[in-house]
Amino acid sequence: MNKKFNITSFLEFVYSFYKTMDDHEITLVYEGEVTHQITKAFTSLTETNMQKDEESNSTQKKVFHVMVECLQNISKHADIIEDSYINRDGRGIFMVSKGKEEYSVTTGNILENSKITEITKTLDQVNSLDKDGLKKLYKQQIKEGRLSNKGGAGLGFIDIAKKTGQKINYNFLNINENYSFFVLTSKILRI
Amino acid sequence: MEVIKIVGTDDTPTVILDVENEIFEVSGRSLPEDVTAFYEPILDWLDRYSESASGKTVFNFKLVYFNTASSKLILDILLKLEEMYEAGKDIVIKWHYPEDDEDMEEAGEEYADIVEVPFEQVSYSLD
Repeated sequence: MNKKFNITSFLEFVYSFYKTMDDHEITLVYEGEVTHQITKAFTSLTETNMQKDEESNSTQKKVFHVMVECLQNISKHADIIEDSYINRDGRGIFMVSKGKEEYSVTTGNILENSKITEITKTLDQVNSLDKDGLKKLYKQQIKEGRLSNKGGAGLGFIDIAKKTGQKINYNFLNINENYSFFVLTSKILRI
Repeated sequence: MEVIKIVGTDDTPTVILDVENEIFEVSGRSLPEDVTAFYEPILDWLDRYSESASGKTVFNFKLVYFNTASSKLILDILLKLEEMYEAGKDIVIKWHYPEDDEDMEEAGEEYADIVEVPFEQVSYSLD
């Protein structure tokens, strides 16, 4: 391949990436390891942007809540594919998009297939409950649940559903017999 | 007893536990990198305090944000205060929330439902 061709295809890649982000109204996208520093940087960046856009306090707080819980889900639960070049867990893709009516926070990460049943059960239960049901489940889980060694309280999904008042969208894309790609989207209405 | 005074940051709350000046307070934001490590000294302090407490203890929570991992540790603090109350100590929890923050108000209601201890909700304005 000659150099010129390479530059053109690279330019096209960058432009199409830019277009895709623009079309999907993505205001923040990240792929990599999710550390505490990353969580702090993204939440504070998004907060600053929301203040500039004069979002209500309530919307700002809800977006903040959802971002923190979603980022912590990646850092605590993302798996790695053995023998792959990615040699650290706690990685994933994280996106925030801003539409006319709502903010969306999307995460995507590798997950062992053995965990799918449990996650599906938890999310379906959370999605089946109304506000009172979620409150009850929250109280039960906070009393009975224990902090995992990674610091998870088992409350993240319940909290997201409670704070946003919206169903959580999720899906699994099968990668191979051991792993899937887990995508989860939470919406926060702009009110 | 020794005084605990932790100055709050972007991700950790201000904590003041001062028996002599009767200040018991957790305020600000709570999403520490390691929640257990952050709250452990506070829970240990409360264990020691529970043996010596004599006067009235008004414990103030004035949080503007806490993540779900912190919520579990906040409950642990409340459960220690509940134990003290059950042992006959004079304990009051005051849960302060910004007047326009329904979620923080609701969080207080939920805690009040879980623990059996005098629990007051106090709204404040942010100006």
